[in-house]
Amino acid sequence: MTRAVLIRKVVFAALAAALLAVSGRSFHAHRHLREPVVLGPGVTQVKTLGAYGPGVTGTVNDINLYMLEGVEPGGTALVLGGTHPEEPAGRLAAWLLVEHATIRKGRLIVVLTANRSASTVTRPSAAYPPTYTVPTAWGGQTFRMGDRFSNPLDQWPDPEVYIHYPSRQYLAYVDVRNLNRAYPGRANGSLTERTTHALMELIRREGVDVVIDLHEAELQYPVINTIVTHQKGQDLATMVSMTLSDLEGFDIGTEFSPLNLHGLSHREIGDHSPAVSLLFEAPQPFLDATRGKTSADVLLSGQDEFVVKAGKHGMLFAPIDEKGWPIALRVGRHTSSVAQTLDTWTEDHPDRPIEVSAIPRYREVAQLGVGHFLKDPSASARVAFE
Amino acid sequence: MWMLQSVITGAYYGLVAVAAVLLVANFIRTKAWDRELLYLIVLLPFVLRLLRLK
Repeated sequence: MTRAVLIRKVVFAALAAALLAVSGRSFHAHRHLREPVVLGPGVTQVKTLGAYGPGVTGTVNDINLYMLEGVEPGGTALVLGGTHPEEPAGRLAAWLLVEHATIRKGRLIVVLTANRSASTVTRPSAAYPPTYTVPTAWGGQTFRMGDRFSNPLDQWPDPEVYIHYPSRQYLAYVDVRNLNRAYPGRANGSLTERTTHALMELIRREGVDVVIDLHEAELQYPVINTIVTHQKGQDLATMVSMTLSDLEGFDIGTEFSPLNLHGLSHREIGDHSPAVSLLFEAPQPFLDATRGKTSADVLLSGQDEFVVKAGKHGMLFAPIDEKGWPIALRVGRHTSSVAQTLDTWTEDHPDRPIEVSAIPRYREVAQLGVGHFLKDPSASARVAFE
Repeated sequence: MWMLQSVITGAYYGLVAVAAVLLVANFIRTKAWDRELLYLIVLLPFVLRLLRLK
């Protein structure tokens, strides 16, 4: 090897090391970003999921459980945000519940990041922003953008075919890391299965009556602007849908959970526990296949000219115009839907009431923005981290 | 099940390490500058995975 070749190799290796350092630092910062959440007046304690499933103890999915308990007994509701962390309205709506909701009767358990592993990675080749910042009066709060699937650093490799447990239904291989294809899970399964198993144990041991799983969907997906319900929750979902459409100023439909589509929360939680399971879908143009750039601005504004064009060609299942679907509308839909579900549940089950107040509703979130309702962690002594 | 998955994951990381060593060896052996660049570019994701960064 000549001296010139040796020098060239050293220079190339140094360049590669620099590239490695820059990219590695970016990935590390995203994976370890700490998101503060101010514990609101209703939060009485913060547990972790490992208390219900030792299989997640010490893992990235040993997630926080925010317990909001009333002074009087009643029913129990569980709200899941962050099942799919690339759908931020679900997480942010849950955030507002933790920071604002107060409980008089019953209990509300809130999860902000059901699949924290999936919140530490973005979709390969999709050019997602690693984070997004919601503007606030105190400067803004930054959140991790995530993926639909658990981080390959936490669960890898994927199988050729994902065989769902216990149905043995064949699903797409990548769904082996999809939390909403892994219910009811198993204690000795993959990290994603252990997480859903622990969530099922939480539901069973705490006697949860209603489970609400918060999602967003692309406008080219037919299940959108709707409540998907297990058959046990048909009456509840229908009444909530009618009331919201009448009183809150936005339309939301109901759909029944398919009996033979396995792994989803609205199917398996209802089948494997006494709880009623519901899943809410809000529209998110950012996820559409026809969308343009995948910037944090588009993620929050919900404005995309290409999705609008797709709508003009009749390719969408939800309306959209140049105003798009801003994050405030998507979050407001979820917070109002949760509040109305608990109200309706309490009316129908006076023996198991869940009386919750101070949840920001659709109109005020739409008018004031999500940032108006995010509390400044530096001004509070009660802060947890996601 | 959990143990089996851990073994498979361990074997996967072993394969990644072997591939990374081969790429480094090829980088050292080759005298063509474009090959050197190619081996380094291909090596990056292997190292990021071994370091559990990506």
